[in-house]
Amino acid sequence: MSATLFGLLGAALVGIGLFGMLVGTQPLMRIVCFNLLGSGVFLVFGAVARRGGGAGFAADPVPQAVILTGLVVAFAATTLAVALVLRLAGNEDEDRH
Amino acid sequence: MPPLAATGSGLLPMLAVVLPVLAMVVALPLGARGAERMTIALLLPGFLLALGTAIAVQSSGAPAIHLLGHWSPPLGLAFRADGLAAAMLLAAAIVIAAVALFARGGFGVRSGAPETRTAFAFWPLLLALWGGINLAVVANDLFTLYVALELLTFAAMPLVCLEGKRETIEAALRYLMFALLGSVLYLLGVALIYGSAGTLDITLLSGRLGLEAPVIVAAALMTAGLLAKTALLPLHLWLPSAHAGAPAAASAVLSALVVKGSFVILVRLWFGVLAATPSLPAMQILAGLGAAAILLGSAAALAQPRLKLLVAYSTVAQIGYLFLMFPLVAGMPDSETAAKAWTGGSVQAISHAFAKAAMFLAVGLMAARVGHDRIADLAGTARHMPVPLLTFGLAGLTLMGVPPSGGFAAKWLLLSAAIEAGQWWWALVVLGGGLLTGGYVYRVLSVSLTSSGALAPPAPQPPGTPDAIALGLAVLSVALGFVPLASFGLVQVGRMGLAP
Amino acid sequence: MIAGLAVDVLLAAGSLGLALGVIRARRVFTAIALFIAHGLLLALAWVRLDALDVALTEAAIGAGLSGVLLLAARHRLARGGSERTTEAPGRVATIFIGLGCACITVALGYAVLALPKPAPGLAAEVAANLAATELGNPVTGVLMVFRGLDTLLEAAVLVLAVIGVWSLAPDATWRGTPGAPWPAVTDGPRALLARLLPPIGIVVAVHILWVGADAPGGKFQAAAILAAMGLLVWFAGLVRVPPTASWPLRATIAAGPALFMAIGLAGLAVEGAFLAYPEGLVKPTILIVEFVLAASVAAALALLVMGAPSRDAPP
Repeated sequence: MSATLFGLLGAALVGIGLFGMLVGTQPLMRIVCFNLLGSGVFLVFGAVARRGGGAGFAADPVPQAVILTGLVVAFAATTLAVALVLRLAGNEDEDRH
Repeated sequence: MPPLAATGSGLLPMLAVVLPVLAMVVALPLGARGAERMTIALLLPGFLLALGTAIAVQSSGAPAIHLLGHWSPPLGLAFRADGLAAAMLLAAAIVIAAVALFARGGFGVRSGAPETRTAFAFWPLLLALWGGINLAVVANDLFTLYVALELLTFAAMPLVCLEGKRETIEAALRYLMFALLGSVLYLLGVALIYGSAGTLDITLLSGRLGLEAPVIVAAALMTAGLLAKTALLPLHLWLPSAHAGAPAAASAVLSALVVKGSFVILVRLWFGVLAATPSLPAMQILAGLGAAAILLGSAAALAQPRLKLLVAYSTVAQIGYLFLMFPLVAGMPDSETAAKAWTGGSVQAISHAFAKAAMFLAVGLMAARVGHDRIADLAGTARHMPVPLLTFGLAGLTLMGVPPSGGFAAKWLLLSAAIEAGQWWWALVVLGGGLLTGGYVYRVLSVSLTSSGALAPPAPQPPGTPDAIALGLAVLSVALGFVPLASFGLVQVGRMGLAP
Repeated sequence: MIAGLAVDVLLAAGSLGLALGVIRARRVFTAIALFIAHGLLLALAWVRLDALDVALTEAAIGAGLSGVLLLAARHRLARGGSERTTEAPGRVATIFIGLGCACITVALGYAVLALPKPAPGLAAEVAANLAATELGNPVTGVLMVFRGLDTLLEAAVLVLAVIGVWSLAPDATWRGTPGAPWPAVTDGPRALLARLLPPIGIVVAVHILWVGADAPGGKFQAAAILAAMGLLVWFAGLVRVPPTASWPLRATIAAGPALFMAIGLAGLAVEGAFLAYPEGLVKPTILIVEFVLAASVAAALALLVMGAPSRDAPP
């Protein structure tokens, strides 16, 4: 039950995040929406993990491990995007002065 | 399919992945100079590992397989170097070696000199890119492939804006947004595939998936994500500014290798994971987009005022050819025609890698010496820079598909496969694309060959090592056309989706 | 049962409402604040999905570190006042994008509902082979043994990300100290917290790392907590971050993945496969790798939040 509900929540978050990323005008806003989209993807994966529980495990450990790895990689991607946005803003300051 | 068993030669592709990644990590404390020397020292071993893999795969007629930690899939992870992977490993090793030697001029560090930002970043990024492309072609697990995609993106994005100019940072941001969206959509598909089959190993998945809703949604999401990374029209918008704005050495690897990583994963998806799923309509759509990319990309290249943008748009077009193989292989996977199309697509990927790397390096040399890359003002460059121009011309032959060249072999195979399969319209696209390519290559050559320019040309310079390296790559792209077709049989080894 | 369902529905509704709030927000600050709240709710959702390891990571990285990163970036952009914006799509385009995204959500939702029952998976395989890993926590077993390659590559990706972020610095300052998101606060509650929390945080992190072998926890969670403590101390101005040119700093970031790969190669030499651990010594080997990796990942995460060395840094 939890799995289905949160899987559907994940589907909704994917749509919401994607929409925000595509129509957003401020880079930082689009990065936040990218993270929403990412959390939706991980939730769908989490639903898959929960459904696959068995053999004494409440949830399938393989997708859980994959989600952990994915979370850290997605965070690294966010930092790169933020660093680019900041650099772009810094460059424009230099251009103005 | 039965699970994989390790082969003795499997440690060759494994080391081809691990060594560049290890070198990238160690490069950080070593600093720019150490990183440069380590990269140069790794070029020959890396090439030999790729060559060894190719020889082992060719001679045994079976993929080279390594099981990480002796754990076999579905629980463990496997590296599986089939013929296509071995050929891509070789191509990557050669392009990386050429680019690394070429880049010593721009990013080399003399002993005692202070560490510059660009040199500090360039060498580890190049190593990461090498490890990433090797991983993308040999990994046999859908999530490991996701990590490979991220490795490629994280290495490629900083290369785009290495020079720090504002327009290159904007190009890098656009590229990153496309690439991140692409990875996330891919990962979403991976989740649904795991939910449908309970494994991520491509060999085990092959033949296990039917036409169920989660599989269809997963295939659509993963394809869209990978197309964004491969820059197939209409998802190519990020490519021209990103590839044209990077330093020449970086543009060369971005255009030659990075887009091929996601392409190979797409091939694994449709002809490995989804081998049992009838997918001809989807394949026709992919080839249709490819055809559009060939025609519109070439036309756009023809209209570019700047040389680097012309070469970048040419990449958009040449990527299109790769997708013509999809419907031709999927039609009757076991047929002679499918084998032809598969070889054609693989040879296109490899010959374009050599030709485009050569072209970007040559154009970089020209732009650096003339001080600009406006095509209209290139008159007289032929006399003062004969070698880069010759390089451009030879690489152009391959891109056009003029015999004898690697590009000719690729395009001829695709063309005859299309006619054999009764899908003659793709043959027309191949011919039309060749004509347009001829047009933009001729445009550059004709201006450069005019003897006097409006501007005074720079002092003639004797051709140096960088000129020779670029020329070597171009010669290689042409020489692929002299290789007897039978030896391309390598790329057929271990092809998935065939009847056992 | 009913109570559990009620909690689930509340969590899902709250998360959905916050996500909609994020994309409707007019100010970036509001969006980030809502996003952080959303991350905390998600951490609870992960608990409900019986994925405690993920819940810990989501709270620490997904909400915590990401939140700090985004807030600091907004602070710097607001001060500079020159964030570049792209043109908004027109009304018709927005409607079409909205419809497209809705279609994706519906298709995805349908796919989630259509997943096969009973769900295929590897839980039984993990259970059957967990003894060979000498570990009690199956997720750690997957991360360090069955799929050790992914973990290793991901640690390398973090090193690559640090190189990428540093490469985005201006030429003049790139060997300096990483950028300062906001001026150091030396008094007030934040400074007090910065003195009180880190010792507790470090103890918690080491505990999570230690129990991670057998209970929920492990290097990622420990590293995220350590990184958060480091950032807290740094915000309060209690420590100075070494410049990016510093050799010890660079070595700390590289040590974990380098050691992991060295052990992998030793496995190749001794056991005949990359990442094969020596028999009988599996658990000690993994614990050593996890400790060094946690330190490296913590350093990398903290530095990624701090960002590129910029002229904001003190001279």
